[in-house]
Amino acid sequence: MNTTIMLFLLQDGITNGAIYALLGLALVLVFAVTRVILIPQGEFVTFGALSYAMLATGQVPGTAKLALAMGIVAFGLDLFDIRRSLRPTRILRAFAFNIVLPAIILALTYGLAGPKTPIAVNIALSLLIVAAIGLFLYRIAFQPLAHTSVLVLLIASVGCHLALQGLGLVFFGAEGLRGPALSSAALTIGPLRFTGQSLAVYGLTIAFIVALWLFFGFTLMGKALRATAVNRLGARLVGIRTTLSGQIAFLLASLIGAISGILIVPITTLYYDTGFLIGLKGFIAAIIGGLVSYPLTAVAALIVGSVEAFSSFYASNYKEVIVFTLILPVLVLRSLAAPAVEEEKD
Amino acid sequence: MSALLSVSDAHVSYGKVEAVRSVSLQVADNEIVTIIGANGAGKSTLLNAIMGVLPLKGATAFAGIDMAPLDIEDRVAAGLSLVPEHRELFGTMNVEDNLQLGAFRIPKATAATSFERVYTLFPRLKERRKQLAGTLSGGEQQMLAMGRALMGAPKLLMLDEPSLGLAPIIVADIFRTIGELRAAGVSVLLVEQNAQAALQIADRAYVMELGEFILSGSAKDIASNQRVAASYLGFQHEGASGI
Repeated sequence: MNTTIMLFLLQDGITNGAIYALLGLALVLVFAVTRVILIPQGEFVTFGALSYAMLATGQVPGTAKLALAMGIVAFGLDLFDIRRSLRPTRILRAFAFNIVLPAIILALTYGLAGPKTPIAVNIALSLLIVAAIGLFLYRIAFQPLAHTSVLVLLIASVGCHLALQGLGLVFFGAEGLRGPALSSAALTIGPLRFTGQSLAVYGLTIAFIVALWLFFGFTLMGKALRATAVNRLGARLVGIRTTLSGQIAFLLASLIGAISGILIVPITTLYYDTGFLIGLKGFIAAIIGGLVSYPLTAVAALIVGSVEAFSSFYASNYKEVIVFTLILPVLVLRSLAAPAVEEEKD
Repeated sequence: MSALLSVSDAHVSYGKVEAVRSVSLQVADNEIVTIIGANGAGKSTLLNAIMGVLPLKGATAFAGIDMAPLDIEDRVAAGLSLVPEHRELFGTMNVEDNLQLGAFRIPKATAATSFERVYTLFPRLKERRKQLAGTLSGGEQQMLAMGRALMGAPKLLMLDEPSLGLAPIIVADIFRTIGELRAAGVSVLLVEQNAQAALQIADRAYVMELGEFILSGSAKDIASNQRVAASYLGFQHEGASGI
């Protein structure tokens, strides 16, 4: 292998790794705050990417309708929860959040979708749709189970993944889609050519990591989320609603997933089920980070991306096997280093 | 004297085991009330149930509001605050962040005043404001837990075993501060195994045994009660009255 090929592979690895880093961070965030291992993270990627790709062709994606349907279910659940004190303000608030909000998003999508809609509008619509789905997914599937064990939450998470993947097939079909690039600019440094798309991947990944750092380090809401992750009872005792923390975690995770999808879909053709595999690679990074460390997850994601790039060059048939094998030594080392823990009792 | 907190006929169970049975208590404005009793009597269970951490059967009203439909967060917003036995601090966050989160439910402008108030009550916390909560000593952690609860400007502060595992000099400091809270307009419901210290600062007291209140009255009367003196204060009063 010469230096040029190595640089190409590294470039490829870092581009993929940046996406895995974003997804890994989202997984760590959701797990830390809600104890949910977010298997449907991959569906946020697919839904974001394919909604954007469909909007680019002027069609209205089914995800916009899904958001409204999920909002209606969430409204029903909210009404059931407040049935003992049905005050008009509470009902109106629930109605505005669960019904009016996704209805506006659906109306905007119908109103703005067209073959000549600017890329920025399509991106904004895709993000709004997936963010709403993320919020309602938490409300419907995870908020009622918030006090159960990690295992129950994991089972619910797998169920959500399967359901959303099936819906993905209905909305987008079995054929893959590809979206338009965010920018056609390109930059050449020595033997390496950086496309506007890959620069956007680096830029947005770094921007997101910095934004998350600022959010968690310096805002009261960010600190409240960290506090919920550190000590749920302590957080409740100072008045932090764990449901609000869960909603924010899912909102961020769905936005991160959708942005990742929108960044990838111009580079590679995405199918309704591709997101799962991409999400899993983010999951490998998150596991290497112990599901708690953000910096370790980001570094691990870059390693996962690079290993994937090199193994696709040397042994492309075994690419996925090699990437997923990365998790084994980490798990062995972690199990040796960590003291035996009692099985979760709650 | 109007009741700030009123609990009547409260029952708390862990599954089929009833840990608190038919308990009624009142705390008035600007009052320090203590519940004393042996380990396992149900004192902490009662406090947790009043806060909403555990389900409580019976009637609870706080500042005239029925608390039954309120969850923990709403009770905090109503002005009720609990410093639990295990303190439940945010160990990987610094002292200042812990305190700031204590003021999560109150306006930002009020939070600035709360900071000053807490730092005046516990100057040690100001010195350690950038230190991680998990690395503080036991006494400092207790101060932080109380400080965090006070940041939310509660009307009633419920303290669960604040002296547990602390050196006597620190305990004296903590109890002095509890006394100062009354002057600042905060009522206190104090659960303590250190009955002597608790009875010294309290206005009224309840004695709990096996999930029931067996005695209640002014702290002075309770302290001079023969049975209490023998069981909880470790000495026999001369001329103390029997139950």
